[in-house]
Amino acid sequence: MHSLSVAEMAEALAQGQCTSEELTEAFLERIAQFDGALNSLVTVEPERALAQAREADARRRRSAAGPLTGVPMIHKDIFLTAGQRTTCGSRMLGDFVPPFDATIVARCAAAGLVTLGKANMDEFAMGSSNETSHFGPVRNPWDPARVPGGSSGGSAAAVAARLAPLATGSDTGGSIRQPAALCGITGLKPTYGRVSRYGMIAFASSLDQAGVFGRDAQDCALLLEAMAGFDPRDSTSVDRPVPHYAGSLNHPLSGLRIGIPAEFFGAGLDPAVGEAVEAALEVFETLGATLHPVHLPNLGLSVPTYYTLAPAEASSNLSRFDGVRYGHRCEHPANLEDLYKRSRGEGFGAEVKRRIMIGTYVLSAGYYDAYYLKAQRCRRLITEDFRRVFETVDVLAGPTAPEVAFRLGEKTDDPVKMYLSDINTIAVNLAGLPGLSLPAGFVENLPVGLQLIGPHFEEGRLLNMAHQYQRETDWHRRHPTAFA
Amino acid sequence: MSLNIDTVRGIAHLARLAVDEAELETHALTLSRCLNLLAEINAVDTTDVTEMAHPLDLAQRLRPDEVTETDVSAACLAQAPAAENGLFLVPKVIE
Repeated sequence: MHSLSVAEMAEALAQGQCTSEELTEAFLERIAQFDGALNSLVTVEPERALAQAREADARRRRSAAGPLTGVPMIHKDIFLTAGQRTTCGSRMLGDFVPPFDATIVARCAAAGLVTLGKANMDEFAMGSSNETSHFGPVRNPWDPARVPGGSSGGSAAAVAARLAPLATGSDTGGSIRQPAALCGITGLKPTYGRVSRYGMIAFASSLDQAGVFGRDAQDCALLLEAMAGFDPRDSTSVDRPVPHYAGSLNHPLSGLRIGIPAEFFGAGLDPAVGEAVEAALEVFETLGATLHPVHLPNLGLSVPTYYTLAPAEASSNLSRFDGVRYGHRCEHPANLEDLYKRSRGEGFGAEVKRRIMIGTYVLSAGYYDAYYLKAQRCRRLITEDFRRVFETVDVLAGPTAPEVAFRLGEKTDDPVKMYLSDINTIAVNLAGLPGLSLPAGFVENLPVGLQLIGPHFEEGRLLNMAHQYQRETDWHRRHPTAFA
Repeated sequence: MSLNIDTVRGIAHLARLAVDEAELETHALTLSRCLNLLAEINAVDTTDVTEMAHPLDLAQRLRPDEVTETDVSAACLAQAPAAENGLFLVPKVIE
């Protein structure tokens, strides 16, 4: 059952060929069998999942089932789940049980999806390798000596190992697309404002966006449709109808203009990854699309711009963790300042502290103009580059990451090296655009991801392209043999 | 850009983060490396470029001034490390 696509699973449920309880049991067994080797999940409550599955089955018997009712999934542990521990990968929230659901968690539940568990992640989503989690690193199912990417590494590894057919993720600088690429699955970061951020623990509020992981574009389309849409509880949510994404997957690609930014193919790119990406682009040509060289001249500024703005916003967002209202509190505080400092010093890991300190510095008197405002101006330059190229092409394509999955520990000693691994994804967040990564080949048995970037609110076009590509190729059907 | 340990101590205080004295030197080195990366944007000419704070140029949405929240204080206080009589407890602030 675990090899079925979500569409096939939904069909089997609708036809009465299996129940949600059976499906959920099958995936829980796989989690019990395989997750010890991966560490992709931080919380699994089988009884809770099975109760949801039985409710889904009852709903189906009442003829009240929707298309996804009874399909199991995983939520990244950044999304609040009422009554179920939500840690954000941090000691700070190690035993935090939220009193309410994130909007997307509530929407998935309303659609009848079953939550198998909560996925491991980089602490507060700050990382590109899932090595900053308080609960230990996640391993890549294609090679357990390598990282799954981050920060949604648990979500991506679990879907790649087929411990769940679907997972949610969040993407502030590439945290859906890069792990999707490194784990050989499909992942979509929607347009900023497309999916509610209510109940998603905030990292950098002008960049954070919730999205989806699936093995293919169709599965992602089905989940996105269930999650997306206006939410009055999120002040940045955009009030705009949600298209029927699964309905537009089969549009022909003839005449589609794909821009190929030269900057994605620069010096840092592994040539073997570049070759795989070029081969993928040729498939789009055979489907009738045309390729056009374009330039994003300010793309090189995106790493320093992002690593100024994201820590600035994080230092402000994370000031809420004070040891008073919820979260970790130090023992025997001498006074209020000692309570704040030691609770935060003990509750946060090294990378989170580093980013809080960077953010505090760039926002401090005397440095605010030189760093923070300067970065906001550079953000405008980067965004304008995209606006300009989308006047002549419909979509952009290139490698999601400059290399395949790296080894655990390879970049942990040098934060700058780690930050540079986000070079192809973070500009998309700065501009608030939708981006999708899909499997596009292998280099030495490790997956390569192709990134598609569209204008605002063109998720449907990206899913359509990915689906057409996946009809011509079978990269998305391959799976790591150790998790058969 | 090279931070010294006094600056790091100052930043940590502003951020209300307890940092081990023995680790200040390491923090100074890695933070300096990071800030050198960030400083690359200083070379860019941004004359006449307006700051961009948000990816979508949206106006703040308003809604009617109606009560939408129910009383969830019990659920919130249940999360507190220390609470009593409906209040969060902190160390004595006023002597």
